[in-house]
Amino acid sequence: MLLDKFDAMARFQAELAALQATPFGAVTERILSATEGIVEGRKAILAGTNNYLGLSWDERCIAAAEAALPQWGTGTTGSRLANGSFAEHVQLEREIAEFYGAPHAICFSTGYSALMGMCATLAGPGDAILLDADSHASIYAGAQQSGADIIRFRHNDAADLAKRLRRLGDKAKDALVVAEGIYSMLGDLAPLRDIAAVKREYGAWLLIDEAHSLGVLGERGRGAAEAAGIEEDADFIAGTFSKSLGTIGGFCASRCPQLEAIRFCIRAYIFTASSSPPVVAATRRALRIIREEPQLRAALWDNARRLHRGLAELGLQVGPAASPVVAVEFTEREAAIKSWQHLLDSGVYVNLVVPPASPSSNFLLRNSVSAAHSPEQIDAIIKGYAGLIAAGLAGGAGAASSAAANTGAAAGDNIGAKTGTAASKSTGKAAASNSAGG
Amino acid sequence: MADYAAHLEFLYHALGELNRNQIPLAETTDLVADLGLTSLEVMECIEKVEDRFDISIPLNILPDVNTIGELAKKVHELNPDAAG
Repeated sequence: MLLDKFDAMARFQAELAALQATPFGAVTERILSATEGIVEGRKAILAGTNNYLGLSWDERCIAAAEAALPQWGTGTTGSRLANGSFAEHVQLEREIAEFYGAPHAICFSTGYSALMGMCATLAGPGDAILLDADSHASIYAGAQQSGADIIRFRHNDAADLAKRLRRLGDKAKDALVVAEGIYSMLGDLAPLRDIAAVKREYGAWLLIDEAHSLGVLGERGRGAAEAAGIEEDADFIAGTFSKSLGTIGGFCASRCPQLEAIRFCIRAYIFTASSSPPVVAATRRALRIIREEPQLRAALWDNARRLHRGLAELGLQVGPAASPVVAVEFTEREAAIKSWQHLLDSGVYVNLVVPPASPSSNFLLRNSVSAAHSPEQIDAIIKGYAGLIAAGLAGGAGAASSAAANTGAAAGDNIGAKTGTAASKSTGKAAASNSAGG
Repeated sequence: MADYAAHLEFLYHALGELNRNQIPLAETTDLVADLGLTSLEVMECIEKVEDRFDISIPLNILPDVNTIGELAKKVHELNPDAAG
């Protein structure tokens, strides 16, 4: 039957209802600041928004959007190729290109469409696209659309990437390698120096997704490639405006002159309406703030270290290093769901991530830190987790017990959900890919 | 079809640890419906095959694969010269 494949999801939703938990699609009724809101009737510290620099609530960005509104209207009502290229869009592209020191840039309506569109278009039938096992759903979707051979390398394993490029023989020099700067689920950094060295050895092409690292890493805030000193090896840098820039949209910057021709071949660019001008204006202002105020990055990392240290000291299973994304792992689904609700009830909103959106069979409570969090708010988040331990929900049998569960060849469920392949048949179509949007 | 047999034999070996209910493995055994593999486990199995035969198995083949025999056939097509 056509709709039978959704039965597993319906059962999962019923399980959540029985537990009186609303982790997916929890409604924020009011935003009080970049770090506080009323969520499902409760005042909560927002620790699951990827609003790394707090710029969604910056008065300068809000003013820029307000100024653009009467000038341009609420929307463009068309795609960039038709009537939807306003001077604001062109200017944003110039500023993104300038920010990256690249001659060319394309802006997209979302980060998802940027990554999906670039992967789908750069590689084609007969090519090979090599992607990290833990890649975001947009990268898997684009690779699938491309018609290229999709070859998955073990997460953050440059040696495995090298092995797979070697197996391609002469085709390796035309292969597209895709890696992310910071991986969204566990907050772990890619070994970009090693990946770039492999890319150079085989002459392949490299696309880096800076969605979670733009504004977060690098002396100028360009991201993980800048921090690793390998920007020369990054043929394409893509990312999103919906994290550190606090708006919505995506981009790709490149020194390749062909990017201007590629622009007219990207279906995710051609066949969708362009960003609304107030959003573009706010994005431009936010980009300027990233360039001019490196102290925001310093504040973000201070908070990231404070949260990571606090959760680790509670004995919770967190990653080995501080990151703006700090995930606490659970092996038991019910414990994870109840913990999410318990945290919200105690005034802390985080993300619940379940397989296949998580990179292993574990369940995650994913916390994201903002420069706008006060130290007291970070301490309140830690206190919320202490409450989970006191309630017997975390730190015991329900918590993950091995750091090894974080890494390695553990992205099979991602493959299934993200590519719709046979690997997803046991879990149902796109089962609970809820939180993967981050 | 000796090479196909070698690929099939290795798949039986690779799937042994994942055969929780110890059902008899055959070419017609469905990886998900019969063995109950999660998508994660399917990928773990594929990685073992890749390491063993020094090949990369593109994800594109997976929609056409349900059974052990179908997977062995795909692996054999990717690796026709394997000595086993």
